[in-house]
Amino acid sequence: MGAWKYILKKFFQAFLTLLFVLAVNFFLFRVLPGDPAKSVARSLKLSLEDTQKLRVEFGLDQPVFPNQFVLYVENTVTGNLGTSYITARPVSEAIATRVWWTLLLVGTSTVLATGLGIIVGIKGAWRRGGTFDVGSLGVSLTLYSMPEGWLGMMLLTFFAVTLHVFPAGQAQSAPPPAGAIPQFVDILNHLFLPCLTLTLGYIGEYSIIMRASLLETINEDFVGTARAKGLLDKNVRRHHAVPNALLPIVTLVVLNFGYILGGAIVVEYVFSYPGLGAFTVEAINANDFPVIQGVFLLTSAAVIFANFIADLLYVYLDPRVREV
Amino acid sequence: MSLIPNEPLDSSLMLRGSPPPAAPPKSPRRIAWDRRRRSLRESWNTFRENKIGIAGLVMLCIFIAIAVCAPLIVPHKQTEITSGSSINKLMPPLREAIPSTCHEVSQEGGSTKIACDTKFSMRYPMGTDGFGRSIFAQWVWGARISLLIGLTATVIAMAVGAVVGISGGFFGGHTDTFMNGITNWFLVIPWIALAIAMASVLGPSLLNIILVIAITSWASSARLVRSQTLSVRNRNYVERARALGASNWHIITRDILPNVFPIIFANTILLVALAILSETTLSIIGLGDPTRVSWGQMLERGFNAGASSLGAWWWLFFPGAGITLTVLGFAMCGYALDEILNPRLRKR
Repeated sequence: MGAWKYILKKFFQAFLTLLFVLAVNFFLFRVLPGDPAKSVARSLKLSLEDTQKLRVEFGLDQPVFPNQFVLYVENTVTGNLGTSYITARPVSEAIATRVWWTLLLVGTSTVLATGLGIIVGIKGAWRRGGTFDVGSLGVSLTLYSMPEGWLGMMLLTFFAVTLHVFPAGQAQSAPPPAGAIPQFVDILNHLFLPCLTLTLGYIGEYSIIMRASLLETINEDFVGTARAKGLLDKNVRRHHAVPNALLPIVTLVVLNFGYILGGAIVVEYVFSYPGLGAFTVEAINANDFPVIQGVFLLTSAAVIFANFIADLLYVYLDPRVREV
Repeated sequence: MSLIPNEPLDSSLMLRGSPPPAAPPKSPRRIAWDRRRRSLRESWNTFRENKIGIAGLVMLCIFIAIAVCAPLIVPHKQTEITSGSSINKLMPPLREAIPSTCHEVSQEGGSTKIACDTKFSMRYPMGTDGFGRSIFAQWVWGARISLLIGLTATVIAMAVGAVVGISGGFFGGHTDTFMNGITNWFLVIPWIALAIAMASVLGPSLLNIILVIAITSWASSARLVRSQTLSVRNRNYVERARALGASNWHIITRDILPNVFPIIFANTILLVALAILSETTLSIIGLGDPTRVSWGQMLERGFNAGASSLGAWWWLFFPGAGITLTVLGFAMCGYALDEILNPRLRKR
């Protein structure tokens, strides 16, 4: 019973947050910069009548609240994110073609960074103060301190430009090689440097968090009890300490999702990887507000959804939540 | 070893009704300050033994000194194009062109470019960019802008976080529901999306960048302050102060704030690190202030001018290294402080 109430509450919270995002989005792009029809007219060099037509189309001749807001919510919910000022094509269409590359990049690097970070963190915390711990902590802090964009630029300059071992940009060769396997290898080859950048950029953070979490857990009484029972050191670690220390990591991985997206945007731009990030940067440089707005909505919704999933995972992982 | 002991000495003595200490009576303020000074000294002694913390502090001091003393290190006009720079374009670090050896070389496509032999020189310690400007000069002055943005944004974020967190945690009820709701919203919205949206709407300027970073980073500190306030709110000495007729303002400034401060402090230092990284990210994707050369702005300019494909690594390496070392300094200090101030992390 308790679990369902908890899930329902979390669902309601996620829903409210989504509404808030919608409101912020509307406020930022419709109320603050003034008349979007004017900005379209400026960038597409439209005549006055055309601008007026646009204004009717956007519903800008009606009062801001509630008419414009309702129209905007209607459009957004039905997947109409507006039309790009630059390409004059629907934003949702452009996002749909590019989102897969971003998912591929963010997905692989998140899995790699989390996995490796957790392993490094466990090793360090279990032998606190040892050579491995001090060394890995130093490396982790340094990696954490590097801006991903800069790391990407350095790797690009070194591996792609100077050594020519990896391609300098894009996600595929043009034209893509024939056959499924060469094509797969080609995609991996293009993915390697951006993925390495993001993985290195986040591995430090995860290993630091895992280390701290495990250090807190080691001090708990149940770990002492496990030791007192005479369990082998590795069994105490595997079955008692680590599973409990992993709990906060789940939330943090999800909360970090937003930061990883930020990193992905810069890294995609540096490697001209054709995902959402590079697309966003183009839109920023061209003041293409509908695109920026669409990306803002999509990423926010994705992160809110990820948070909701993390809350659900918690029900499964932490029995205390079920009982409350 | 928290900065402030949980139980103030004076009030606990008073309530138990034990005889006053033999020393001549001091004013309550004096006692409080003596206590604070003592615990600060204790914390400093613990911090001093933490090698990571001290290394971080030393790094920070160096970079802050560079930023403060920028006019003494290199004149600002050297960040602009200087005379004789046309032959000194894209010089690697510690090299300078020898004017007498310069000659025209024809390139593919019929255009010509001037090529010169180079010699060792201290004139451009970090090389020059594609316009012949000294990277060292830009780097020194860039430290100022980067640190300024990081520190100001953090101060604003901490102030907002402290007000929201303390008011929510202390007053409870509807205030808390409201404040906590807002905090949670800002925690969930991905900062990069909000920052991009805000920065592109507000337009690029130093103040806007600072505001955007502050607005996207206050929520985590608000949550931290709130949980600390909640744990302090019901302690005995707060009850006592209330029983003695203290106002809310008095309790917040005299009892809550000093007890919440140590944890906030470690968090603040980590926030500066994040703020500098955020500024870099925003600059690289073209949302920085183009008129103020920060380290992030140097990266953006260099990358846009094709430093990467020209193989001019020094153009990109030094600003990024500056950011990394500064952030590392803040992160090491914050990390050490966290280990000292967070009792759950202490060695057993």
